[in-house]
Amino acid sequence: MVGIAMPAPDRHVLERRDNIVAALKAIVPGEGVIDALTEMRPYETDALTAYRQMPLVVVLPETVDQVSRILRYCYENDVKVVPRGAGTSLSGGALPLADGVLMSMMKFNRILDVDFPNRAVIAQPGVTNLGITRAVEHEGFYYAPDPSSQIACSIGGNIAENSGGVHCLKYGLTTNNVLGLEMVLITGEVIRLGGKHMEAEGYDLLALMTGSEGLLGVVTEVTVRILQKPETARAALVGFPTSEDGGRCVADIIAAGIIPGGMEMMDGPAIQAAEDYVNAGYPRDAEALLIVELDGPEAEVDFLLARVEEIARANRAGYLRVSTSEEERLVFWAGRKSAFPAVGRISPDYLCMDGTIPRRELPRVLAGMRELSVKHGLRCANVFHAGDGNLHPLILYDANKPGELEAAEAFGADILRLCVAVGGVLTGEHGVGIEKRDLMPEMFSEDDLKQQQRVKCAFDDKHLLNPGKVFPVLHRCADLGMMHVHKGQLAFPDIPRF
Amino acid sequence: MTHSALTPTTAEETRDFLAYAAAEELPVEILGQGSKRALGRPVQTAHVLDLSRLSGVEVYEPAELVLTAKAGTPMAEIEALVAGAGQELSFEPMDFGPLLGEAAGKGTLGGLIGTNLAGPRRIKAGAARDHILGLDAVSGHGEIFRSGGRVVKNVTGYDLPRALTGAYGTLAVSTLITLKVNPRAETSASLALNGLSDAAAVAAMCAAMGSSAEVSAAAHLPEGICQRLGVAGEDRPGPVTLLRLEGFGPSVEYRFANLARRLAEFGPAERIGDAASKALWQAVRDVIPFAGSRNPVWRVSVPPGLRCRTDAALAQPHAGGRLLRLERRAVVAADAGRRGA
Repeated sequence: MVGIAMPAPDRHVLERRDNIVAALKAIVPGEGVIDALTEMRPYETDALTAYRQMPLVVVLPETVDQVSRILRYCYENDVKVVPRGAGTSLSGGALPLADGVLMSMMKFNRILDVDFPNRAVIAQPGVTNLGITRAVEHEGFYYAPDPSSQIACSIGGNIAENSGGVHCLKYGLTTNNVLGLEMVLITGEVIRLGGKHMEAEGYDLLALMTGSEGLLGVVTEVTVRILQKPETARAALVGFPTSEDGGRCVADIIAAGIIPGGMEMMDGPAIQAAEDYVNAGYPRDAEALLIVELDGPEAEVDFLLARVEEIARANRAGYLRVSTSEEERLVFWAGRKSAFPAVGRISPDYLCMDGTIPRRELPRVLAGMRELSVKHGLRCANVFHAGDGNLHPLILYDANKPGELEAAEAFGADILRLCVAVGGVLTGEHGVGIEKRDLMPEMFSEDDLKQQQRVKCAFDDKHLLNPGKVFPVLHRCADLGMMHVHKGQLAFPDIPRF
Repeated sequence: MTHSALTPTTAEETRDFLAYAAAEELPVEILGQGSKRALGRPVQTAHVLDLSRLSGVEVYEPAELVLTAKAGTPMAEIEALVAGAGQELSFEPMDFGPLLGEAAGKGTLGGLIGTNLAGPRRIKAGAARDHILGLDAVSGHGEIFRSGGRVVKNVTGYDLPRALTGAYGTLAVSTLITLKVNPRAETSASLALNGLSDAAAVAAMCAAMGSSAEVSAAAHLPEGICQRLGVAGEDRPGPVTLLRLEGFGPSVEYRFANLARRLAEFGPAERIGDAASKALWQAVRDVIPFAGSRNPVWRVSVPPGLRCRTDAALAQPHAGGRLLRLERRAVVAADAGRRGA
């Protein structure tokens, strides 16, 4: 373990391990409980692989009733629970705890209902993101949010992280595409939120659950809306001499009233790495490369591409190609989509960051990152969801060199501080997890975090669900409920009585 | 009966008052312009927190697609400002004024968020909750807090701004709100099908919504309702089914032709141009046919597939006018009192 500390394991729980395993086996028969060290190994980390921890025990329930009984048992016996989907979290959201049960939801892998007239799909949480599209594409539909891990990541995990993807400027994040949930609370209660309709009465708990990173409940069923696939998609590949030109081009496209299906930018180092790796024909002399994808009816796409070309030329585009076939469009994307493995080839390890900034601040932030790169002595390549200001700096390091991981983490933290300083946020789509947990005070005051913790306390008063994630400090719930002003001792005694 | 009103001009004054009210355990009504005060049961509190002077747009950056304004800012001011830059709130918030017997064009940003307003475009663009990015608020404990951000993509911490949207001010008092704005469509048109039965209309609307025509609003107006929308030149006596297309000119033309072909079995498609289409949808949005009605008006939200049954159930006891909007949140406003209207 490096920089980020997890809560110290509870010795009393560790001592009760045999009892806990036996209790879980009574709930989930057969091979649904994994307690042998070698078999638990695949669960010791997620996609934030720098952090590893063996769980107390792994359980793979198959029914909602089992999930409910497991959680109730854990609640009554003060045992922590870490829910896990496909384990693709980049922020350590599914990192196990030594004294916690790791609950994998991957046996919940069925699609329960495909409803074309209502344009909705009901799926179990272990179904992959792409699995939903696969189930409806024969009728010309798809599920819009498309995180780059979509082939592997689960829809339950997408709910936990409020996942995005390259298309979310136009089609929204997970939270804009979820209609309903069934979930189990830590007490074992099963609740349903929303449904196939759009408007639910009462509080919007669906909004709270989406992006709650497994700290409020365990999702057992998801209802999402599906969309008709756009008739066509074409892309423009545009190279600029400076990132300022690229940034201005993006702003002008949006100012022209155009919301592209996808708009991605790469900086010089990322262009070189991608070009070395897949030979997509990217201009190596460009300092910024923009992929602008327009999707929709053919007439619209052709019309808007012509406008985008004009705007790009007005912003000193030195290189401009428009895809003329589906193959060519995919080649344009090949470099961007392989940016991570491409960087993986030029560096043994890399950290992928995830801040969001107001787009106008892009040149300042890129310049700041160049300075930080010198300060920390590490290289950095940038890919960037340009439409919505979501940056993915890839920090290159070698874990085998002493001190490099620590330097990479410090570099990453400095980048995120910079994002917050220019009016942005710590994470656009990867979640806080453990990775950004200790940076939360950069963005939020004690009172800001207190409100969030009150939500946590309303759902999980014992802090048993996924502790050690999101919050730098978890206050006892009893402390949060207190009024710090009492009758006769008002903070503002001179306010007039009414 | 209310006893007194406090009209803060800053978040700090709002906090001081709420801390006082909390310590004294006195309930507070939170008010902007009071334009939606007639919704639900009347509230009786010792105090009124009037936010109408906590007003003004703080930041509007069209290129970033964001707007930040104080909670008491009039919606009319915000809508005029963004329209000036060719943008809009794409969730098309309805104006409750006419329906509730108030003047049109009232309401504040805080009220819009508190009630999670939406309009006919909800099927495509969502509601206010899909467009809120961040807020500053005061908790019931009298603490100022901030949640969310001023960028369109953010998952840092729980999504309190969205969760507070539609909470009718029962969880916290917002003081400053950041919204995502969108470019306004260059033009629009509506495809009208005349004379369809309710069942045929549902089938036509489902077919349209399941097509790639990107329909941004769908409504079936039963017999007699179109006339009551009050849109000049659009006074069809019979039932009419409306499907709206918006976007760039060539795109709207192209999609209109495709959609007309797709819906050929439902009869000839009539084209309603930009100006008339806008007027029609604004009237549908604001439920104009029932403006001033003394009868209860219900909004029922069901999946589109269930809509026909819901409609039939509502229609049975009273054959009066009904205004329907087919959406995933299908809207059925039943005005049972006006038989044969």
